[in-house]
Parts: sequence; structure tokens; C-alpha cells
Amino acid sequence: MAHINVPEGVPGIRSLVMFRPETGKHLYDLAQVLLRDESPLTQAERELIAAYVSRLNECVFCSNSHAAAARCLYDGDRGLVDEVLQDMQASSISDKMKSLLHIAGKVQVLGKEVNADDIAAARSQGATDRELHDTVLIAAAFCMFNRYVDGLATLTPQEPEAYAEMGVRMVEKGYVLPQQPIQS
Amino acid sequence: MAHIDLQNDLPGIRGLMAYRPETAAHLNALAEILLRDDDNTLTRGERELIGTYVSYLNDCHFCQQVHGALAGHYFECSVEEIDAIKSNGTSDMVSPKMTALLAIAAKVQQGGKQVTSGLVDKAREAGASDREIHDTVLISASFCMFNRYVDGLGTWAPEDRQFYLNRAPQRAKEGYLMTDLKK
Repeated sequence: MAHINVPEGVPGIRSLVMFRPETGKHLYDLAQVLLRDESPLTQAERELIAAYVSRLNECVFCSNSHAAAARCLYDGDRGLVDEVLQDMQASSISDKMKSLLHIAGKVQVLGKEVNADDIAAARSQGATDRELHDTVLIAAAFCMFNRYVDGLATLTPQEPEAYAEMGVRMVEKGYVLPQQPIQS
Repeated sequence: MAHIDLQNDLPGIRGLMAYRPETAAHLNALAEILLRDDDNTLTRGERELIGTYVSYLNDCHFCQQVHGALAGHYFECSVEEIDAIKSNGTSDMVSPKMTALLAIAAKVQQGGKQVTSGLVDKAREAGASDREIHDTVLISASFCMFNRYVDGLGTWAPEDRQFYLNRAPQRAKEGYLMTDLKK
């Protein structure tokens, strides 16, 4: 059970933003800009960074839901997401994405872990300033979302089907603030 | 020097926000509602203190100086008194309720799952409401983002603490919804 009195039966961050929509609005707006709006990284790549960092933070709700969204977006190459989550370096993802995911993994530990060599390695694979910026901010933002979701002990569905459904919704609708269900 | 060319020489998060205003707008709006909105039973000083403490635990120089100076401004205390709270997670100036909330913030800094029911119960017994527990967790979590953003891109920050102390009264007045980042 969650640490605070959030709507019952609503999973993860959705229960928290229903409890406090004033902050929820900005959290969803941030996710929309970072993961959906214009960026030199594809939506699939950005969802994969989110899922990867959430997995490192051991946040089951965020890693499963963003992995599901990434699988939808990597349509035709859905296995890639699981490869990356299992063993990023051994996966068949591009060397550029490996270098960016490596930086995201450093950010997950702490900002200062990212060093000039990590940046140079990503640049040598063709990463631009904007891609480096967005990678770091997505990783940092998921260090927030993961802590928010787990720090208040929100409901975490166990069935894979629940996440598959969420992934489809996240791709089709984007990040739209959920409304509180009408109380009967 | 920052890891990327920010096309400005602003310190800390300000340089990043000027570089990418699309994300800055939402980051600033989040900071404004979490730290300054008057519809909150935690004072502005208490909320800045949570941000300062978490930034200290994340070893982020820029954020702990900016928010430490703001906390000192609201509490009308010296920077040494803020330092003492950072080191000990409490002080004579800090209420038992805030001490319990700072303990929760410290666990969030380590990882969300570190927050136990026991710690939440303790905060409740000291008078904390669900909203206060919620905001404490989200402020701490958001500083785990802000700190990583600032340090992960290697932004520069003035070493001299006086720089931050001098700016605090104006920052407190203007808030986070700055229309002109260059000021």
C-alpha cells in the first residue's frame, strides 16, 4: 500500500499526479517535451534511455512501462529493447546509442561521474551537443520519476499485459495528465 | 567548462536553461510550485532546506549554495547554521517534524525504495500531513534530477559563497519563473 492516501487501484505515477495535479501537470509536461517533442533522438531512443535508467534504479513500474513504450516504437525490432535491458554493451544497438546509454548510466549514479572521456567517446560516434544534453536530462529526470514513484510506495502491477497496454497508450496519446476517476 | 557548447557563460542550471528553453519552462514551473507556491503548509524556508540538504548529499556545489543561501535568507540565519543542518540533518532551529521529513528526503536521495513505513509513521507522529510527506519526497526526487543535470553536463559554478548570498534576496523576491535568464 502506498505511504500516502492516493486513489486506490491506480498504479505508479498516475496515482501521485491524481493526488497532487498541481505538480503533476509540470511533470507530465516535462515528460512530453523530453520524450515526445522535437529532438535529434528518436522517440524510441528516448524511451529506451528512460527504461534503461529506470531499470538501473530498480523501479519496476517505470522500467516496465517505458520498455513497453519503447517496444511499440521500435516496431519491427522489439527484441532490441530487451537485449539492451539485459546487457547493453553486448546488445545489437548502434555504437552511438551505446555511448549515450553509457553516459545515462553514469548520470544514474551521480552527475559528477560523467567525465570528458565519456563525452569524447559519444562525440566520436557522432553524438551532437543536443543529443548529449537530452540524454543527460532524460537520465536525470528518471532519477526523479523513479524516486517519486518508489519513495511513496505506489501500486506496481505485476502482470506484463498491464504494461503492454500502458506502452500502447503512452505511444498513442503521449503524456497527458490523467484525471481523477469519479468517486461513486 | 561545460561538456557541451551552451552558447552562453551563465553558471549552473541557468546556462542549461538558456540553452534549452523548451525544457527550462517546465523545470522552472516545477521549482516554482514546489518551492515557492503559497498554497503549502511547509514554509518556503523549509522547502528550500530540503532542496539544500539533498543537493549537499548529491555533492552538487551550485545547487547547495543557491538553495542554502535562499534557506538562510528565509530562516534569517547564517550560512554556518545552514551548514550545520546539512551535516547533521537537523539543528536546534529545525522542528521535530522537519527533522523527520529531512530523514525521508535523505532516504529518497539514496533510492525511492529506501523510504520505509517506519520513517513515514515517524513523520506523521511528529505532525506531518500526507501532502507534506508527498512534497518532501517530490522535492527530494526533483533535486536528484536538478543536481544530476547540473553536474552531468559539467557546468561551471562560482566557488565564492558570497556570490550566492548576495543574490539570495533578489532570487527570493523574483522566484523561479524568470523571463530573462540572463539577469
